[in-house]
Amino acid sequence: MSKNILLYSAILIFGLIAPFVFPAFKVQLSILCVLIVLATTWNIQGGEMGYNTFGNILFYGLGMYLCASVQVGMFFPLAEWTESGGEKTFVHTPAQFFQGMAVGLVVAAVVPTIVAGLIGYAILGLRGHYFAICTLGLGVAAGEISGGIEIIGAGQGFTTPPFPEVGGLEARGEFFYFLSFGALILTFVAVRAIYSTRFRLILNAIRDNEDKAEAMGIETMKYKIIGWMVSAFFCGLAGGIMGGLVGYIDSTDVAFDGREMGVFMVLMAILGGKGTLWGPVIGATVFHIFKEGFWTFFLGWQYVALGVLIVVIVIYFPEGIMGWLREKYPEKFGEVIDEEDRKAQVELK
Amino acid sequence: MDFMVFQYPMITVQACLDGLLLGILFALIAYGMALQWGVMNIINIAQGDLVILGGYIAYFMYLYGIHPAWGVIVSPIIMYFIGVGIYKLVINKVVDRDLFISILATFGISILFMQLMNFAFGADVVLANSGYGTTMLFDNNVTLPNSKIFSAVISIVFAIGLVIYMKKSKLGRAIRATAQNSRAAKILGVDTEKVYAATFGINAALCGVAGALISITFTIHPYMGLPYTIRSFMIVIVAGLGNLPGVAMSGMGLGVFEEFADYILGTEFRIGAVFLLLVLILVYRRFKLSRKREYLK
Repeated sequence: MSKNILLYSAILIFGLIAPFVFPAFKVQLSILCVLIVLATTWNIQGGEMGYNTFGNILFYGLGMYLCASVQVGMFFPLAEWTESGGEKTFVHTPAQFFQGMAVGLVVAAVVPTIVAGLIGYAILGLRGHYFAICTLGLGVAAGEISGGIEIIGAGQGFTTPPFPEVGGLEARGEFFYFLSFGALILTFVAVRAIYSTRFRLILNAIRDNEDKAEAMGIETMKYKIIGWMVSAFFCGLAGGIMGGLVGYIDSTDVAFDGREMGVFMVLMAILGGKGTLWGPVIGATVFHIFKEGFWTFFLGWQYVALGVLIVVIVIYFPEGIMGWLREKYPEKFGEVIDEEDRKAQVELK
Repeated sequence: MDFMVFQYPMITVQACLDGLLLGILFALIAYGMALQWGVMNIINIAQGDLVILGGYIAYFMYLYGIHPAWGVIVSPIIMYFIGVGIYKLVINKVVDRDLFISILATFGISILFMQLMNFAFGADVVLANSGYGTTMLFDNNVTLPNSKIFSAVISIVFAIGLVIYMKKSKLGRAIRATAQNSRAAKILGVDTEKVYAATFGINAALCGVAGALISITFTIHPYMGLPYTIRSFMIVIVAGLGNLPGVAMSGMGLGVFEEFADYILGTEFRIGAVFLLLVLILVYRRFKLSRKREYLK
C-alpha cells in the first residue's frame, strides 16, 4: 500500500511542477491530461461494461460548445459574437472570463450527464455492434447538425473568448494546464473510487453475460445508464476545457471530431489495455508521445499512419500493454501460478 | 423548415423520382453489405470508401478520354482484386473474432483509404460527365437526367445477375452453404477461406459498380464514404439479412426520405438526417424487440 502512496504522490508532484520545469510543453501536457480523461471514461463503457461506444465524442463536443456558449452568453449577445469576429468587439474582463469559465464548465459537465441519462434508456438497450454503429451515428449526426446551427457559428466556427490580458501567454498556458490537470485528478480519483465498489463488479457482470446478470437480480439498465452518465460528465468537462485551450470550435473538425478524437479515445484505451484502471492512462501517454514525436515526420500522412496503427493494434495487440504485462508477469497482478499446472498446460500444447 | 415540397405536386413527383432512382443505387451497396455480413459476420465500415474508390476509377477513365460508363465494367474488376487483397491482409484475421474488433479494424481501413484517396485524387468534389442529357416529363416540370435512369437500370441488371449467379453457380452455392453453417460447409469440402475471399471480393466489386454509377450521376469526394456505409447498414437492418426484395424496397424508401429531408430541412442537414434516422430506427427496433421479450416472459 505504501508503494501506491509513493507512486501517487510522485505523479502528483510531477504534475504540479511539470509546467515550470518544462514550460515549452505546457500545451502538450494539458492535451495529454484531456486525452487521459477521455480514455479513462471510454474505458468505463468499452472496457468494464463491454459496450463499445464511438459516441462519447457526442458529450465531448456538447461540453465544448456549451462551455463556450455560456462563457460568452453570460455577458454578451451570443448571436452577434458568432456572426463575425465578435471577440474583437466585445472583450471579457478577467473577472468575467473566469466567472464565465467556471459556470461554463459546470454546465458543460452537467448537461451532457442529463443528456446521457435521457437517451441512455433508448440507446443502451441495443447490444453489441448495433450499439457501436448507433453511437457512431449519434456522433456524426451531432457534428452535421451543429454545423448547420447559426447561433453557434454554423460552418464558420466559433471563437472562444480570448484569455484576458493578465500575465500573457505564460499565464494562459498555466491556467489551462492546471485546469486540465485538475480534471484529470478529479476523474482518476472518482473512477478509482467507483472501481473499488460493487459497481465495478456489476459492470463486469454486464460485460461477461448481461442476461445472466439480469437473472441474478441486477437491474442492468439502471447501472448501464449510471455508467454512461459518469463518463458523460467527465467527457463534457474535458470538452469544455479543450474548447478553451484550442480557442476555436468547429463542428466537425474540433468538437464532434469522430475521425480524430472519437477514434483516439477508443484506440488509447485498447492500446493501454481495456478493463484496467491504469491501462487507459498508460495507453494515452504512450499514444500521445508517439503522436507528438512522430506525427511531424509523416508530413500529411498522419491519417494514413493512424489507419495503419488502428488496424495493427486491433489485430495484433488487442489486449494492450496491461494485458501483455499481465501475461508476462502474472505474479505482479496477484495471480498465483501453479508450476505443475503450467507444465501440464505446456505439454498439452 | 420549408414545406414547399408538399405544396407543389410537381416538386413532390420530382423528389419521389429522384429518391427512387437514388435508392436503387443504395440498395446495390446494401446488397454487398448484406452478403458479407451474412456470410462472414463482418460489418465493413470501409464499405463507403470502397464505393468512392470505385467512383474514382470511373472518373479517371473519364479524365483519360474513355466514356465513364465503361467504368461499370472496369471498376468492379479492379475492385474485386482490391477486395481480395484487403481480405488477405486484414479481414481474414478478424473473421472469427469479436464483432467490435472487425468494426474497429475496418474503421482503420476506412481512415486509411480516405486519406490515400485524398492524396491521390485531391480534395475536390468531382464528377464524370457522361453527356447523356436529360429527359423532361410533365410539361418540362420534372427534369430527369438520363444518367440516373442509366444507373438505375445498370444496378438492377447487376443485382439480378448476382442473384442468378448465387443460385446457379458452384461458387454461389458454396457461399450460401458457408453462410448457413461454415463448419458444416468445411466438413463437406468447401474451402471456406476461398469462399470468404471471394465474398469480400464480390462485395468490393458491387461497391465498384455503385461507385462508378455514383461518379456519373452524382459527385464523389474522398471523405464522402461514411454516409454510404451508414445508409447500407440501415437498409440491411431494416430489411433483414437475405431478404432481397426488402433490401430493394428499403433502399428506395431511404432514397425518397433523403430527397424529402433535403427539401424540407435544407441540404446542410441532409447527412445529419440520415444519421439521425439510423439512430431512430435502431431505437425503434430495440423497443420492438424488448416488447417481444416481455411478451415471451
